[in-house]
Amino acid sequence: MSSQDAQSLSPAAVPIRLTINGTERRLQVEPWTTLLDLLREQEGLTGSKKGCDHGQCGACTVLIDGKRANSCLVLAVVKDGAEITTIEGLGQPGNLHPMQEAFIEHDAFQCGYCTPGQICSAVALVQEGRAHTREEIREYMSGNICRCGAYTNIVDAIEDVLGQSSTLREAAE
Amino acid sequence: MKRFDYVRANDVGEAVAALAASPAARIIAGGTNLVDLMKYDVETPERVIDINRLPLNTIEATESGGLKIGALVSNADLAYDSRIAERYPLLSSALLAGASPQLRNLATTGGNLLQRTRCYYFYDTGTPCNKREPGSGCPAIEGVNRIHAILGTSDQCIATHPSDMCVAMAALDAKVHVIGPGGERTIAFEDFHRLPGDMPEKDTNLQPGDLITAVELPAEDFTAHHSYLKLRDRQSYAFALVSVAAALKIEDGRITQARLALGGVAHKPWRDTEAEAMLKNSTPGVASFSAAAAKVLETARGYGENSFKIDLARRAIVRTLKQAADGTPQSQTDKRIR
Ligand SMILES: Cc1cc2nc3c(=O)[nH]c(=O)nc-3n(C[C@H](O)[C@H](O)[C@H](O)COP(=O)(O)OP(=O)(O)OC[C@H]3O[C@@H](n4cnc5c(N)ncnc54)[C@H](O)[C@@H]3O)c2cc1C
Ligand code: SF4
Ligand code: FES
Ligand code: FES
Repeated sequence: MSSQDAQSLSPAAVPIRLTINGTERRLQVEPWTTLLDLLREQEGLTGSKKGCDHGQCGACTVLIDGKRANSCLVLAVVKDGAEITTIEGLGQPGNLHPMQEAFIEHDAFQCGYCTPGQICSAVALVQEGRAHTREEIREYMSGNICRCGAYTNIVDAIEDVLGQSSTLREAAE
Repeated sequence: MKRFDYVRANDVGEAVAALAASPAARIIAGGTNLVDLMKYDVETPERVIDINRLPLNTIEATESGGLKIGALVSNADLAYDSRIAERYPLLSSALLAGASPQLRNLATTGGNLLQRTRCYYFYDTGTPCNKREPGSGCPAIEGVNRIHAILGTSDQCIATHPSDMCVAMAALDAKVHVIGPGGERTIAFEDFHRLPGDMPEKDTNLQPGDLITAVELPAEDFTAHHSYLKLRDRQSYAFALVSVAAALKIEDGRITQARLALGGVAHKPWRDTEAEAMLKNSTPGVASFSAAAAKVLETARGYGENSFKIDLARRAIVRTLKQAADGTPQSQTDKRIR
């Protein structure tokens, strides 16, 4: 059950359709609800974090139609029809995404608050295919701040997955 | 966030009609600036018009050999478009110097043009600010002003326009296509943004009810000699303290054409055509670059915390012109400044 049923929405609520982690959802949203608040408060998907709520930290990073975006600055109603992937959709305990595995392997977090955003961002970085060096990984991960300063291990984890994906690519050729 | 009515426009005509019906409404494109400001109650529109369904997300060739960029093309799609990257690398570079990958995916061309200043007082509704509340005063002039303007300021406002994209567009002599209640028109980039004067609440020369439809780039070729240098407190994901866009044409060791624009120093992207004229016909080198920098900064004025920007801008201009002349544009991933 989504927690939406328990909430009282204003008459201004608008019907929208979103595919969230592969499941189609028909939802009523108030126009001022951000995608982040919709995911966390209405859909109970609390993996995406609210760090700053102003686009300045990246903790709320999710994939919208496959592209990384700060969900705190997106009004949910504007994304009617979109496909959303959150950390919950990338992998689950026992069935982790390779990037989640790599973050554990490389100890790429301390408190873990920035981690869901870091991982969503890192998955997009690999798909974008523009980062080839540590320097480029750092630049293309600059939209994700880590208050604990786990940056070195985060870059290690991403480098590891990038290495694997290029090995895979070579093997496929 | 203050409550508002939400209207979704399905085509340009609907958007223009919706704007005409409620001039106090705000358009939402990527939302990265509007939603931020609405969360602080700096923007409190009663109606928000969603233009994301409009067919303004393509980049098309113009008859004169340039490119027309739809207002909804994202900053990421624009930076990585192969035609932009190959023919207007200065613009790609400026875009990639801005914000973060996540934000560039959301931010649009039209929204970037109209993003508002990052002045701390503008953001803080607990303080006066002439831009937010005309006539209330400008605490930045004698206050915290490290990020503020040194050129074209007024005694009413010393805010800067924070965009990187716009600095490159100013240097490239772009045009802004607009449609409003009176029909379509084209605004030269130079005339798009304005100086604060005694009306700092107005950032641009748009009229109420105007919708930006596209930005047009002329067919000029500065691919051999260009650079965008952005100086900031953090090497990435930070606004410019000073940025410089330089584009040159050099033939037989002489500059035959020059473009020079600065960001982070004024209420608008600061292009200086007099400095460009001085560079023209000169020999590329420290002497001519320093003379151009001196010209740009002739009227510069510091306000205390931001006074360092005058010397920083002078050095940045000389360095960026050198990078452009040498054909070694500033990399936006390798942050070393050479
Ligand atoms: C943390 C952070 C860091 C950033 N760093 C940088 C940086 O380093 N460099 C940089 O250049 N920018 C930076 N930005 C700003 C970012 O580039 C802008 O917020 C973005 O470009 C705005 O585009 P948008 O589509 O999201 O606009 P919106 O927020 O949707 O709109 C902005 C304004 O434009 C109006 N508008 C939008 N489209 C149109 C149109 N077609 N016609 C008429 N009006 C329109 C809206 O009504 C609104 O007033 C940063 C932003 C954040 C949050
Ligand atoms: S500089 Fe401009 S925006 Fe900042 S407080 Fe003064 S009037 Fe407001
Ligand atoms: S919570 Fe969205 S960027 Fe910080
Ligand atoms: S692990 Fe704590 S903020 Fe990144």
